[in-house]
Amino acid sequence: MQTIIFALLALVSLFSAIMVVTRKNPVFSILYLVLTFFCFAGFYVMLGATFLAAIQILVYAGAIMVLFLFVVMMLNLREPEELEGKNTLWQTMGAVVAIGFGLLVLAFLGRSPGAGVPNFQPGEEAYVMGGAKALGKLLFTEFVFPFEIAGVLLLAAVIGAVALAKRKRV
Amino acid sequence: MMPQDFVPVLLTFAVVGGFAGIALVATHFLGPKAYSPIKQDTYECGVDYIGDSRSRFSVKFYLVAVLFVMFDLEVVFMYPWAVNFRTLGTFGLATMGIFLVILTVGLLYEWKKGALEWD
Repeated sequence: MQTIIFALLALVSLFSAIMVVTRKNPVFSILYLVLTFFCFAGFYVMLGATFLAAIQILVYAGAIMVLFLFVVMMLNLREPEELEGKNTLWQTMGAVVAIGFGLLVLAFLGRSPGAGVPNFQPGEEAYVMGGAKALGKLLFTEFVFPFEIAGVLLLAAVIGAVALAKRKRV
Repeated sequence: MMPQDFVPVLLTFAVVGGFAGIALVATHFLGPKAYSPIKQDTYECGVDYIGDSRSRFSVKFYLVAVLFVMFDLEVVFMYPWAVNFRTLGTFGLATMGIFLVILTVGLLYEWKKGALEWD
């Protein structure tokens, strides 16, 4: 049963990820990216990270995608065809980086087979560990300092956004 | 929580997706089709439209969205804290207090900068 669900999720996420990079219309790309993120949430549930799965849908599929849409709207991409044939340097560079990263992953898997493969049939303890309760217990005792640093990071993001968008007025 | 507990979630997704799919396919086969140039035109509540929808949007919308994401994440951190509120006790309250103070600085900054004003 778990294998079937995993295979389905993997198929859908691969399909939607390919659609993201092949669509000419960026709005369609973003909608396919939402589908990819939903599949990732499914993977998180299968790995026992249930809290992360909920956050994945709320924050990534919801809020971050709104930001992506706003970027597309602000860039004012009128005709998708205008992009074609241009920026070949960027395309070549992107291809080089993608191939290099793929080779890196392959080299890693070749060196230690099965090392990067997660267990998609975890026991109950994984589901306890991935829940909000266990996560909170760890986050507010052992990892309190990184948690506060995350607050500073959010503060920096707020100030950065305001400083960039409100530059003209002040 | 166990993987079995997520079968209802899976079912919900299946029902939602299935309903949307069936509704789309059913209307395609059941409904009458009459195309005309006016019907194929852009619908803008009966008003003549100007240009297309791909006009440039103000950065103000983006600012609102970014600020929403920040405070959205703040609440995300509060959820695991609230679940453990009793066991964490005073220490938990203090850590969350510091966290909220840090983010309130951000809120005060944007307030003073006028980022919460629309014009």
